[in-house]
Amino acid sequence: MTASDVVLAIAIPLLFPPLMLGVVTRTKARLAGRRGPPLLQPYYDLLRLLRKGVVRSRTTSWVFLAGPVVGLVTACLAAAIVPLGANGALLSFPGDLIAFAYLLGLGRFFTIAAALDTGSAFEGMGASREAAFSCLAEPAAFFALLVLVKLSGAYSLGSMLGPDLPDLWARGAPSLGLASVSLFVVLLAENSRMPFDDPTTHLELTMIHEVMVLDHSGPPFALILYGSAIKLFAYGLLLARVATPFHVEGAALGAGVALCELLGIAVLIGVVESVMARLRLLRVPSLLVGASLLGAFGVLLLVG
Amino acid sequence: MTTWLALIGATLIAASGLLALCVRRGPQLADRAAAASLAAGAVTALAGSVLALWNGGDSLLFEAGFPGGDLRLGLDALSALFLLPVAVLTAACGTYALAYFPAAAHPREAARLRVSFGLSSGGMILVLLARHSLVFLAGWEIMAIAAFFAVTADDRDAEVRDAGFLYLVSTRASTLCLVALFALHRVATGSFDLVPIGAGAVPPAIQSALFVLALTGFGLKAGLVPLHYWLPPAHAAAPTHVSALLSGVLIKVGIYGIVRVVSLVPDTPPWWGESLLVIGVVSAVLGVAFALAQHDVKRLLAYHSVENIGIIAIGLGAALIARAAGHWQTAALALAGSLLHVANHALFKGLLFLGAGAVVQRTGTRSLDALGGIANAMPVTALLFLVGAVSIVGLPPLNGFVSEFLVYSGLLRVAIAADGGPWLLAALAAPALALVGGLALASFAKVVGSVFLGAPRHASRVEGGDAPGPMLAPMAGLAATCAAIGIAPFALAPALAAACAVALGRPEAPLAAPFGALSLVALATLALCALLALALRARLRRAPLAAGLTWDCGYAAPSARMQYSASSFAEPLVRAFSFALLPRTRAPRLAAVFPGSGAFHSEVVDAVLDRLLVPAARAFADAAGRLRALQRGSVHAYLLYVWLALFALLAVTGMSR
Repeated sequence: MTASDVVLAIAIPLLFPPLMLGVVTRTKARLAGRRGPPLLQPYYDLLRLLRKGVVRSRTTSWVFLAGPVVGLVTACLAAAIVPLGANGALLSFPGDLIAFAYLLGLGRFFTIAAALDTGSAFEGMGASREAAFSCLAEPAAFFALLVLVKLSGAYSLGSMLGPDLPDLWARGAPSLGLASVSLFVVLLAENSRMPFDDPTTHLELTMIHEVMVLDHSGPPFALILYGSAIKLFAYGLLLARVATPFHVEGAALGAGVALCELLGIAVLIGVVESVMARLRLLRVPSLLVGASLLGAFGVLLLVG
Repeated sequence: MTTWLALIGATLIAASGLLALCVRRGPQLADRAAAASLAAGAVTALAGSVLALWNGGDSLLFEAGFPGGDLRLGLDALSALFLLPVAVLTAACGTYALAYFPAAAHPREAARLRVSFGLSSGGMILVLLARHSLVFLAGWEIMAIAAFFAVTADDRDAEVRDAGFLYLVSTRASTLCLVALFALHRVATGSFDLVPIGAGAVPPAIQSALFVLALTGFGLKAGLVPLHYWLPPAHAAAPTHVSALLSGVLIKVGIYGIVRVVSLVPDTPPWWGESLLVIGVVSAVLGVAFALAQHDVKRLLAYHSVENIGIIAIGLGAALIARAAGHWQTAALALAGSLLHVANHALFKGLLFLGAGAVVQRTGTRSLDALGGIANAMPVTALLFLVGAVSIVGLPPLNGFVSEFLVYSGLLRVAIAADGGPWLLAALAAPALALVGGLALASFAKVVGSVFLGAPRHASRVEGGDAPGPMLAPMAGLAATCAAIGIAPFALAPALAAACAVALGRPEAPLAAPFGALSLVALATLALCALLALALRARLRRAPLAAGLTWDCGYAAPSARMQYSASSFAEPLVRAFSFALLPRTRAPRLAAVFPGSGAFHSEVVDAVLDRLLVPAARAFADAAGRLRALQRGSVHAYLLYVWLALFALLAVTGMSR
């Protein structure tokens, strides 16, 4: 990687993610016949929150503020592990996909702990649901990645998603197709989108991720929103790379293609959120187990 | 030299309790004498073990004039790697006991507990040093029987007596298997010395019997499902520093036994690895699922030991599969993960048990649903417990992540290299491990959240502030070691490679792991978190900071009883796993619009013990009871039996002519 590549690989994950949220909101508005807020609204929201004051509950300890900090840092590091088009990733080593999953796990642990620190029934409820659903999402993600591991014979994201990707698709298109679907379901679950979670609802009882961060305000809340945008970016980048059977040479061009794909995924999320209702909470595990099974079928197709 | 050091260390440790008995001038001095002897022994043994890892170790021969032959002791890299956690945890728990179990407060039990604690720990070291079957069995029995007396220190409690009895029965069964195992080994090699069995020296059936006996005998001690049933009651009943020793290292001696036997049979068939892998996955998933359902913090930690033993077995299984196929690098990677997890689990589980003990001592309850908000009264304990929790969940930047990473890497490489059955098994084990990781995260989020965070519940009155120095210091040491291994795993790489070479029976087995990158991830996480925290603090200093109530949907009178409890937090996952956990719930029927008061009760008992073993034992006892009709107490009847038996024998021999 040259110096300019490194700058790109640092700048894009830091600057681009809120735009994806803007595109999702705009898509939903258009499909509902409204005009929707400006595409850059998420950036304005972050800046406004950063200027605001903070209200802290009297029951909380330092863990309450550690949640947003760790959540943002781990999302950034996870994004640094996923290769950005042909550029490769900032951080790449054999087994980096495990680090990707476990870094996000660290962020989740502290987010849940921060939610429980408030001592609120609602936030406990959200934390409990987040813990339960992410347990089931992790095997699904690992099954999808196993398909790639077996096909490519490597276990670092950089080599799995490198220039050989078209060749992998030529050899194992059905498995990679199943893995892509499974990864998309994981993306929706891990980023608390419909049909798993409705971030725009106004009833605490039905929210999952949003109710966990209900008591945060001001700059810490900005960190949480920013971190979740980067997390969506990281998952989106992974999905975009797995799901596209072509490879573009050239650093700038590759990054440009990757960003276009990410915008496409944002539109897709917006469409899914417009045409689907949130699932009943008892049904959520079935969908996640279904995603795991898709990945498992993808793995089984490769045996023999 | 190294073996001598370890032997002297073992003697000092084993003699610590007896030494304290000689001190007649006050209980406090006796406590200190025991702790000092434990610490001195641990340091000596540690020195021996580090030397052995450095230059390969040596062995000692004691000439003995009895039929068993000369007695051999030795310390190689594999033994030394297991000796490290034993020594560290013995010293930590010994120091902790100064404030946790002082003789002044427990005049009746203290002396007995000190003697049994030292003997149990010394016995473990003897097992690790043994190169002779009879020495191994002697060390094993010292360790196991002394641990029984340590577990039952508080024997006025019926629950403790029951747990102790259960432990005693299982450890007898385990020894029975080991006697058979060593007898078979003697048949195969013609020697009591623990020497490798040559390729093709014994028929495959005997080899299989060796493995099954080792898996049962050592698996009982290690706590592999379904042989884990003794572990949660014993860990909950024992004094906390004993629980930490049991959970941290005693069960690992079982793992040591399996690894040692495997190292003695160089040409193992792949099914050894496959069965270990399956047992490991079952142990890990069920262990963590049972842990989630527990309301008692010590039982919860005990079930997490079952989970972690499962993870260790998964790594071992993957290593054996790779060894059978000749993939040495993969085998070394998986085995290194497994062995490092042994040491890591000793560190963080010891830390968690000691932390839980401090909470239990200050609040007087082990119930998660009764605690809450203790972080304010015991800030140091809370922080150290949090470090242990992040470690055990296997999250970066701490040590659990490093060993789980190696196990995952081994699994993925087996999945890449092999085809057919073994590859599919390894491939399925990786997502299973991910599920275990997610469940462990939920479980420890529950423990940390319900004990330390949130609003205080009814039993959360902490008496006397944070834990005293002798309890905090060992915990801080363990936490620092967890962090050090997480940040600089490369420091352990040569030791791991040496131990893997011994266990795989292959001196040059290389260990290729990206320790530098793991170190970078850990450092980046820590540095970025510190920077962002400082920036946030600076920003919050300038912003108006208001304190208020937790948002409660506009409800005017929030109380601590309204917050989510540990049971409610775990409920979705317990329901998802109800097919294995079989939870028992009692709920009132809600009849009218304004129902009267009612109580909800739910509990999860151990499926193996309470639904399988106890009913089976009862049925057996009933069936055996029917035979009692034969016991008439009259000489005539017995003469009749003798005559009948004689007649039957004559008839049989007559027919066989």
